[in-house]
Amino acid sequence: MKSAVITFPGSNREGDVIRALHQASGAEPLKIWHQDHELPQGTDLVVLPGGFSYGDYLRCGAIASRSPVMDAVRSHAAKGGLVLGICNGFQILVESGLLPGVLMRNAGLKFICKMQHLKVCRANTPFTSAYKKNQIIKVAIAHGEGNYIADDETIAMLEDGNRIAFRYCDAEGDTEKGNPNGSINSVAGIYSKKLNVLGMMPHPENLIETLVGGTDGRGLFASITAHKGAA
Amino acid sequence: MKARVTVTLKNGVLDPQGKAIEGALKSFGLEGIESVRQGKIFDIELNSSDPAEAETLLKAAAEKLLANMVVENYRIEILG
Repeated sequence: MKSAVITFPGSNREGDVIRALHQASGAEPLKIWHQDHELPQGTDLVVLPGGFSYGDYLRCGAIASRSPVMDAVRSHAAKGGLVLGICNGFQILVESGLLPGVLMRNAGLKFICKMQHLKVCRANTPFTSAYKKNQIIKVAIAHGEGNYIADDETIAMLEDGNRIAFRYCDAEGDTEKGNPNGSINSVAGIYSKKLNVLGMMPHPENLIETLVGGTDGRGLFASITAHKGAA
Repeated sequence: MKARVTVTLKNGVLDPQGKAIEGALKSFGLEGIESVRQGKIFDIELNSSDPAEAETLLKAAAEKLLANMVVENYRIEILG
């Protein structure tokens, strides 16, 4: 599997996601600078990593979403290529129009950095086949602007289209009690219509070693690898 | 030519920062404050002297970058 990890000024989780992808696939992902106009030939997966691109100036992800490389990411997505945006990467995806809605300031106004349970809403996607439907996993969250909001019509479209990827929940799977940031319907991640673009606030790339908190994040990278291997 | 673009949240969009500021103002005992919504102001200098041209340019700037049209509105003022 050939993956490209885009680095923006202020990205800081690219090393973590490169490590997770390397662990799962055995292949070393390529690092792409945001000023590049093209993706490497044969790229299967593009990752927009977490961090604070452009210092979160203006709005989180707003300036990064207008970078030269984003046109290449857009055409990669339009051709059905896989795109994964984590945390700031999710914010960049909604700002670029690749995913609907917007990520507002957390309802409690605080930056939240903690372990968080998630419910895997569906397992029949390129990103989640290694999980079971409704499986509860524990990963990390670290964000100040993760409060997912969209108009009623968009939310209905996402819900009816089965496009919610993950919901925040507590250890028992209660999505209302486990919502850390005020997101509508406890949304933690969403898919594009064709399920080839995934944006999520939590950090699966940080939960890939028993030594540092657990391995519940491995499934995401194993799923992508299995999908591309089978293709 | 100088211009100002003001970006504000659309009605109905929850503004936690505005709410916090509103709460702080009320806690000072300032009477008569109903509600607070926070926004952003961009003061922009242009090399054009044609107001119509400036308006078109600023509209593009606002819609391409300054405002997220999903949740925000913008207003353009030509200051002369």
